[in-house]
Amino acid sequence: MTTVDAVVIGSGFGGSISAFHLAEAGASVMVLERGPELGAQDFQHSFEFGSSSTRIFDFTAGDGMSVLAANCVGGGSVVYFAAMPRVPGFIFDRRGSLNRRLWPEAITRESLDPWYDRVARALPVRRHDWDEVSYAGGLWAAMCDHAGHTANPLPSAVDTDLCTNCNWMMAGCTQDAKRSMLLNYLPGARKAGATVRPLHEVQRIERLDDDRYRVHYEEIHPVDYRESVGSGHVDCRVVVVAAGAGATPVLLQRSADGLGELPHAVGRYFSGNGERINVAVIDDDAVGSTLGLRRRPGLAYGANQIGRGPVVSAWDNLDPAAAEFERFAVEQLYFPPGLGTVLADTGEAGGQGWFGLGKKEMLSEWASWLLLFELIEDDNEGVFGAPPERGNAERLSQQLLGRGTLTYRPRASTREAWARADAFVREVITEPGFGTVTPWTNDLVGAYTVHPLASCRIGDDPAISALDDTHELRGHPGIFVVDGSAVPTALTVNPSNTIAALAERAAPHIVERLRSRGVDARYRGTLPTEERA
Amino acid sequence: MGRSSVPDMATEDLPTLTVQQTRALEAFADTIIPGCKRGADDDAVAGVSATPGAVHAGALDVLRHPATGISDGIAEMADTLDTLARAPGGAGEADQARSFADLPYERRRALVAELTSRANPERDFWFLLALFAYMAYDSSPHRPTAEVMRDAGTGLRAMGFGRPDDDGLWRFPVASYARELAAVHPQTDENGNLP
Repeated sequence: MTTVDAVVIGSGFGGSISAFHLAEAGASVMVLERGPELGAQDFQHSFEFGSSSTRIFDFTAGDGMSVLAANCVGGGSVVYFAAMPRVPGFIFDRRGSLNRRLWPEAITRESLDPWYDRVARALPVRRHDWDEVSYAGGLWAAMCDHAGHTANPLPSAVDTDLCTNCNWMMAGCTQDAKRSMLLNYLPGARKAGATVRPLHEVQRIERLDDDRYRVHYEEIHPVDYRESVGSGHVDCRVVVVAAGAGATPVLLQRSADGLGELPHAVGRYFSGNGERINVAVIDDDAVGSTLGLRRRPGLAYGANQIGRGPVVSAWDNLDPAAAEFERFAVEQLYFPPGLGTVLADTGEAGGQGWFGLGKKEMLSEWASWLLLFELIEDDNEGVFGAPPERGNAERLSQQLLGRGTLTYRPRASTREAWARADAFVREVITEPGFGTVTPWTNDLVGAYTVHPLASCRIGDDPAISALDDTHELRGHPGIFVVDGSAVPTALTVNPSNTIAALAERAAPHIVERLRSRGVDARYRGTLPTEERA
Repeated sequence: MGRSSVPDMATEDLPTLTVQQTRALEAFADTIIPGCKRGADDDAVAGVSATPGAVHAGALDVLRHPATGISDGIAEMADTLDTLARAPGGAGEADQARSFADLPYERRRALVAELTSRANPERDFWFLLALFAYMAYDSSPHRPTAEVMRDAGTGLRAMGFGRPDDDGLWRFPVASYARELAAVHPQTDENGNLP
């Protein structure tokens, strides 16, 4: 039988940061990660089945909402685009349709900034100059400027000296230019004694007595993730759940028999971070002549493929004085072929413009596409149904595709917010004649998100939050949730930085719980030193 | 850091398809991303496009690939396509079509639209079939991508996807207009964020 002080479920930002601090504090730590472990030497530039792009990434279709998420050691930090803006202060005052404060009073931008600062030092995160902005980001900035708007290069965790602008970030970074957890917190946690078990998928948590839990896992086949090749359990004093907002509530739901009643908010109030994508097909002559952009003679843009994901955001609509649901950001984005083009729609009469002859013609202009990524304030409408037999979804294919239990029906507040953001994109691109714009279709998989949030959220009001402001699960001392599911609302910015900052902030509280359970641990407040593969 | 080599995908039990089932699935894939006919006797491809489409890109190889999770069911889906094309009141009734591939492109498209619409309770299966047929064209997941880029007839080449370097990795050393293209938000702080 294996016994440790703390089990950490998942190894993304929340899991890795927690594992580091708990190990540094002197606790014995085991990290259980459902996905495989790959490093820079293993990542591939390939869409082939079984290459890193399908091994480390999951697309989970729900009813009205599909979730794209990581499945590997390092979690979201390995597949993310590394955009790391901080959340505007007004977000912490959001009230939503419930008309109650959604964030804990203890958390404001001011109180979170010291934790953001720590993440910025550890990764590092920095702001960028215009010569580090990709053609796609530059084009978006120039069009915003033409429409009388500002545009900001996004702070990021990319070392642009190492970056080759390949845009294969979702398959893992071959250059270690993208600062993932594989380069800092995870090696730091291992150095301090933590063990990491890849391909170990936690299925449920069981309470053994007043201060011990048993964590049950299955070992996953390295190729066919539908297959289990073993099972086991680990006993511990504290459990840190960081499986991601698409999985954390599911494994907690499945644990209800062994834990006792769960807070009402477990598996409710899911937010897709208000995300929605529009595709612009750019008129090269128009942007060349009107904006004076030129890549080379005769070509102004044609650079959809080049870069490192979203690098420029339009923030003029993030006005603290505006009403909730009227504030949004629009970033330029890249998505690779495959899942990244199938939802693009021609907008042709009769609908179903995602396939057919018109779609093929649209694809022939793929190099001239510019993706626009809207981040509005959604209304936390997602609810998870009864958990599947194992994992967080019924896996359909060997890797990549699954069917989950999330149901999402956007309220008018969310739909109208998307309509405002769509109108802004048309104002900037369509009205001056810079190209045609169509939204990704919602007909196939409903809405979609690469930033699932809020399905097990922090808050002060027990009626609408599953966690207190230390991230401890209400009614279950010793269980903490520190991933995107703890973030209470959509953010209008990419959430990784905030998930990381919240995990940094939660670490002293988790260490304190270990101490209260007799573990000789002390929070040290250290940061990991840089390591390269 | 632990390192894992790339495991081989399990490739046992490739499904066997009859000539007619292959024809139906090719016609389905050709409806998703249409292409030019492969020869004078090619009646699976409708021929509404002048350039190669999903069938040429290897749609059948993708659909039969065990990684998809649908390969066990595609023979039955092919039969269902033919049955629906013949069904009274269905897509083919007016011209007594004997199979899905006998339908003209517009009729094939209407049936695929119906099968993948939200109103169809079995749309999941048809969406997956459509998704993998689509991916054959736009990402060719049955082959290493660097190898796909050497084949002039693939969708990635038609889309203008750039070529990799000799080591199979993509690099874009010049990637920026390298000049200020907009004023930043006036509230931007020293870290590049809004307050």
